[in-house]
Parts: sequence; structure tokens; C-alpha cells
Amino acid sequence: MEAQPAAAFETVFRLESPRVIAGVARLVRDVGIAEELTQDALVAALEQWPRDGVPDNPGAWLMTTARRRAVDLIRRRETYARKLAEIGRDLPVSAPPPEEPADPEDIDDDLLRLVFTACHPVLSAEARIALTLRLLGGLTTPEIARACLVPEPTVAQRIVRAKRTLARKNVAFEVPYGPDRAARLGSVLEVIYLIFNEGYAATAGDDWLRPALCEDALRLARVLSALMPKEPEVHGLAALLEFQSSRTAARTAPDGEPVLLRDQNRHRWNRLLIARGITALGHAHAATGSAAPGPYVLQAAIAACHATALTYEETDWPRIATLYGLLAARAPSPVVELNRAVAVSMAEGPAPALALVDALAAEPALRDYHLLPSVRGDLLLRLDRTAEAREEFERAASLTRNARERALLRRRARETEAR
Amino acid sequence: MPRYLSLIRIEESDALAGGPSPELIQRMEKLMEEMTKAGVLLDTAGLTPTAQGTRVHYEGGRISVTDGPFTETKEVVGGYSLLQAKDLAEAVEWTKRFLKVHEDHWTVTCEVRELMEG
Repeated sequence: MEAQPAAAFETVFRLESPRVIAGVARLVRDVGIAEELTQDALVAALEQWPRDGVPDNPGAWLMTTARRRAVDLIRRRETYARKLAEIGRDLPVSAPPPEEPADPEDIDDDLLRLVFTACHPVLSAEARIALTLRLLGGLTTPEIARACLVPEPTVAQRIVRAKRTLARKNVAFEVPYGPDRAARLGSVLEVIYLIFNEGYAATAGDDWLRPALCEDALRLARVLSALMPKEPEVHGLAALLEFQSSRTAARTAPDGEPVLLRDQNRHRWNRLLIARGITALGHAHAATGSAAPGPYVLQAAIAACHATALTYEETDWPRIATLYGLLAARAPSPVVELNRAVAVSMAEGPAPALALVDALAAEPALRDYHLLPSVRGDLLLRLDRTAEAREEFERAASLTRNARERALLRRRARETEAR
Repeated sequence: MPRYLSLIRIEESDALAGGPSPELIQRMEKLMEEMTKAGVLLDTAGLTPTAQGTRVHYEGGRISVTDGPFTETKEVVGGYSLLQAKDLAEAVEWTKRFLKVHEDHWTVTCEVRELMEG
């Protein structure tokens, strides 16, 4: 036991909450109730710890307290059900409370169940994101609201509705092992990826909480790859996020303007995160075995080519073009095709790449996508078709919604004119 | 999320008196696994005794080299861990857990410092 200021409790609560919620949810089979019981345990801690000191193992203390309350709740329900049955109604009696868990492996399993439940496809993407940040990331409702740029009541409502939906649809608190496992895992990975992108897209913002979402997503991906070491796509996602995060410091100029990959100061890339990305990618390849690599592993492999290249020009562009080809075959998308065109332009020159880009011109999904004219302008410029190039940069500038990016594209249009 | 370096200072005599117990090593491994799973522990290692180390000192434009052991200092750096945590409070919380796995006869000081980033 040791004396500690109450403010330090918050840190312990944030660290321990996801595991406690997970452990309790297995008992009560309802994440909403599990979260409430966990909150009750935190309140009990706030009452006891300042008086008696922080227990040696605060996580175990919180878990025991919350589980005790869960067992009480189950007993009360059973008594209620029995009483109802006695007066002639017919209600099923729930199963007896399971044995006490002690094994850390059990807690890991519970945590994994919580991940799969919070990311269940019956919920909308926004609801999954909010619930995951709340239950697993330990973020408060105001923090989620600020990070996702939505009003606080909206987030609160999303979370309440999500919990209600899970209860109403009788979503089982389990890790799926049937034929829907792949799809369910896909939903989990998508949520983490979306959380990361929410933060990644906002690096130029004024609010540090938005970029911090990248860190939350990276941490979730690391936790998940420790919990599911045999799933190649989990390692793939973790690797991808490690690589993306390694460039954070180099992605924006001091004035906030985004710095393109080719202009980034590679000395500012975080070597530690790159090394972690390479390790995670190794795990992904090992877990993939002889099977075809999945989309996250392929994206991570592409990111690895960039991360290990000394300069933009020395990047292994032919390999990147091949990897984008595999990715397009696995998960066809015009955006992937556009990226492949960029790689082809570096590997083989602007002319064959321009043919690929022109083939995308009629693509409805890219009609308002500023990167299409931006890439096309770039290729035209390299082919010395400057008038057309300037037009494309202007068009790209008019399409982007990001003010910083617009400034950059306008500047490129002006520079093209000057050539 | 900021990174923190925890410089683990020990009294070298503690370590020399038979080194860490098998129980300590076991508890430590369990904690390390937990910290890795939590995405917090980026890297960690213990250091060999100062007898195998060398101090390279620069002062007034001159370099001097002193081989270990460094008997004049009671506490020496015995290891480090590199943590990634939400804030200093979280890094400190994990550091406390690291210290708690040691037996009572140990004297250990962890200096937790945030890395300058960017």
C-alpha cells in the first residue's frame, strides 16, 4: 500500500478499465452493464484508496470488486426470475455464474471478445469507432467528440444506441470461430484503420487530440497483434500503422503545409517505428505462409519499400508497382489503381503511367477526387505538356477540401506556368 | 504519444550479490509480456556491470577515457526501458509496477524522462 494523490487514480483507471469491462462482460453478457459495473468499481476505489492506500495490484482489485457486483446482479436477477416463476410465469433461468478467472490468458480472451463485440458489424462505422475508443481506448465521451469533430451529445447518443443495439440483437460476447470469422476480423481491422485515418488526415489541425487518434489506433493494433499472433492481417495492419506513424514528424512543414513523400526529410522518420514495422511485417509473412497475402499485408509491404528507401528516387518502384498490382487484384479499387500508376511512372516513366491514369478518367468514384488531376498534372509536367499540367493542378486545387493542400496545389500550378 | 526513457539506476552491489533471483526474473518476464501486449514497452534491456564499461569524457576540448568499474558512484545505470505512454503519469504507473516486482532488499531508482521529439 502507498499513499497517492487522487489524480493518479485516473491513470490506473484508464489502464485497467478495458480489461475489467471485458472480464465483467463475460459474466453479464452485456457490455453496457459491464461498463456500468466497472464504473461502480472505480467509484468504490475512489472511496477506499485515498483512505487505505492503493492496493499492490490495482487491476486485480478493480476486477474482483466489479466481478463481485456482477455476481450480485446475476443472483438478484435469478431470484427475481425464480419469484416470477413461483407466481406462475415461465421465464428461463440464466446459467450460474462461472468460476473465478485468475489466468491472464483468460483476461486476454475476454479482451479479445470485447474487441470483437465493440466492432460488431450490426453497428454503424461511427458507432463502432466511438464504442471502441470508449471501451478499449479508455477515452472519455468529450475526448471522443473532440477527436472525431462531432458534438458531445452525438457521441454520447452513439454509444448509448450502440450498447442498446448489441443487447437488442443479442450479440454474443465471443470471438467468432465459424465461417464469419474472416468478415468479423475484417470489421475489427477496419475500425482500427478508420481511427488511424481520422487522426492521420488531421495532422494540420489545431487540436492535438485528433492526431492523437493515430496513437490510439497504433496501440490498439499492437495490442491486437499480441492477442492474435496467428492472424497475418493483424500483423499487417500493425506494420502498416507503424510505418505510417514513422513519418509523422516529416509530414508537415513548420507552417503546417503538408510535405509530399518525395520532399520529406527522411532523417526525420522515426527509425524505431520503422524497425517495429519491419518486425511486424516479418510476423505477418510468417503467419501468411504459402497463402496469398491479404490487403493489409500488401499495403504494409508497400509502406516498407518507402520506409527502407534512402531517397525517393532510389525506392524499389518496380516492386511497389507489382505489390499494387497484387493489391488491385485482391481488393480492386480505383484509388489503388491510381497509386499503381504513380509507381509505374517511377519504374517505367510517365508515358505508360499516363495511359493507366487516363483509363481511370471515366471512373465515377474518382470524379471529385483531387488526387486524380494532381497525379495527372504531375505526369503531364514530366512529359513537358505544361499547359495541360497547369490546368490539372488548378482542377485538383478546386477539388480538395483541405486548405493546406489547396495552397500546395495552387503553388504547383503557378510554378508550372513559370517553367 | 510521447516516448519515455526510464533510466534504471541500481546499487551495483545488489546485482553482484548473486544477481536477480529466479523468482524476480520470472515476475519480470510476466510484466514485460503484459507491457508489450499493452503496446507500452518499445524496448528494454539490462546492462552488463560497469566493470565491463568505459566512460569517455569530454571537457575543455580534451577527451579522457576511464575504464570501469565506476566505484566512486553508488548508483549506476543498470538498464533502461523505452516506453510509449499517453502521458508521464502513465509512464510512471508502469515504472512503479516494474519496481514492485523487485524484492525488498533492492534499492532501485528509475528516472523517467520524456524524449524530445520532432
